[in-house]
Amino acid sequence: MSASEPLALLTAKGISKSFGGVHALADVGFTINHGEIYGLIGPNGAGKTSLFNVLTGIYSADAGEFTFDGLPLAGLKPNEVAARGIARTFQNIRLFANLSALENVMIGRHVRTHANVIGAILRDAKTRAEERAIEKRAHELLEYVGVAKRANTLAKHLAYGDQRRLEIARALATEPKLLALDEPAAGMNATETASLKGLLGDIRRDGTTILLIEHDMKLVMSVCDRVLVLDYGRKIAEGTTAEVQRDPKVIAAYLGGDIALDLKGAA
Amino acid sequence: MQTFFDTKKHPLGAWLGVALVAVALVVLPFALAGIGTAWVRITNLAILFVLLALGLNIVVGFAGLLDLGYIAFYAVGAYVYALLASPHFDLHLPFWIILPIGAATACLFGVLLGAPTLKLRGDYLAIVTLGFGEIIRIFLNNLSQPVNLTNGPQGITLIDPFRLGSFDFAKRETIAGLDFTGPIKYYYLLVLLVIVIIAINLRLQNSRIGRAWEAIREDEVAARAMGINTRNMKLLAFAMGASFGGISGGIFSATQGFISPESFVLVESVMVLSMVVLGGMGNVFGVILGALLLSFVPEVLRYTVEPVQRALFGRMLIEPEVIRMLLFGLALVLMMLYRPAGILPSALRKRELEGK
Repeated sequence: MSASEPLALLTAKGISKSFGGVHALADVGFTINHGEIYGLIGPNGAGKTSLFNVLTGIYSADAGEFTFDGLPLAGLKPNEVAARGIARTFQNIRLFANLSALENVMIGRHVRTHANVIGAILRDAKTRAEERAIEKRAHELLEYVGVAKRANTLAKHLAYGDQRRLEIARALATEPKLLALDEPAAGMNATETASLKGLLGDIRRDGTTILLIEHDMKLVMSVCDRVLVLDYGRKIAEGTTAEVQRDPKVIAAYLGGDIALDLKGAA
Repeated sequence: MQTFFDTKKHPLGAWLGVALVAVALVVLPFALAGIGTAWVRITNLAILFVLLALGLNIVVGFAGLLDLGYIAFYAVGAYVYALLASPHFDLHLPFWIILPIGAATACLFGVLLGAPTLKLRGDYLAIVTLGFGEIIRIFLNNLSQPVNLTNGPQGITLIDPFRLGSFDFAKRETIAGLDFTGPIKYYYLLVLLVIVIIAINLRLQNSRIGRAWEAIREDEVAARAMGINTRNMKLLAFAMGASFGGISGGIFSATQGFISPESFVLVESVMVLSMVVLGGMGNVFGVILGALLLSFVPEVLRYTVEPVQRALFGRMLIEPEVIRMLLFGLALVLMMLYRPAGILPSALRKRELEGK
């Protein structure tokens, strides 16, 4: 991965998905490079979450394919996608509500651990060692995202911001190469968003690539390297944050065509 | 209570507690035999229900899959034992061979039920499992033609008791001056088995597998997104629960000496599920308590309702069976009002209720 030619971690080609007559995604293609924070923005209903669901195997694409880390993702189930190294969070937080924060993260370790029924029943030295490692790693991750003090609190009793962070910790527990975050700053106040920005920086620094859906433009523009803009399921722009901000199509999508024209006239 | 079972904080107290329970369990059958051998039999049946409830607890309590046909696995285990150890086919295999076969067969049926229902949840799963339970019973009732496999509604009689060499579990003998009746021997075997199965339950619960089940129960979509193979984990839950049911069924066959499809009706499934729910879904000790309560209370009623009514009114006004169902309904209503998570809720649900 040299600076001049970054290696692609995820490539999407011609991804399409329809629900009845609604084209949620139409011929969407993009490339995410190793070590990037890649933003995915667009007005409500643009197809951002649909793209996440197709990527993580919850829906299957009607056409097109993803290549992740050199191999196609086609036909994989969500758990297989997770095993391949893509972890996600959900727009409407989907924690294991009645389990503690610690247990939530421990469950994230499932895909990277091996104890089977026999091991669980006999509790041999290997299984016990693995259990200890799972718990240790879960504590570390809670510390990492800043929820360590609430390790034994039920997920549903955590403050909203902490729930978002816990979801990130749980996703990180699966040792992803690509962390896909669906509106992590939704409902956060300015202070929480600022510290989330710090966390995203830390995650990138520690070697995990991030795909970020977000409505908070200040956050997107300050943290992302490149941004993909969707509108009505189509890609309308892709590029650095500066490029995208200047793009008339993007302005039109967000503000409505007329206003964009007015702005142009005024300028 | 805590002092007696917390091995970390009170090691001495814990061992004292274990010793007390052990002594009580050893002495119990002789104390009961003093009242009447019937009570030892009732206790054995109660322990069988504890085994069944613990098996169902894996499916319902741990993995959150509502199974209304659980008694079918009990039936499968019972019939496997009966067919392989009775004059029906003139096969008389030893129990330690048949019980694993019964467990494996029940396990297979568990997977057979599990596989087509993987995508179903809640009410829908409950309906399919209910149907499955009925299908098994109807098959048992009708598989007497064209080849007489199950002997239909007449059931199978003269089923062998457990024998280990010359040691016959059904025979009365005097060992070390103590009178060991058949039921007392079975009692000790059942207690051993129940201890093993409690240990398996507790260990599964606090393991990678148990956590995966909890995750599925909480949110299946999130569980899959976290890399849990929900298909395999659900099948595993069905298979494990079914195996426990199969083993219990085998023992039921041997202790009763006679089985027929009558023993495996829907009400039995409902009873076992009620034990799990009443005691506290997901909490092993709650489930045990539920099973013991629902097994013993009806028996106590059977022996007390009549004399009490005769003493009060001079004749019997209400049948014990009616009172039993009345109290059962009342208990369930009261439980839903005051202890919705069961008498002994699982740690998880307790934390939830306390709002910590």
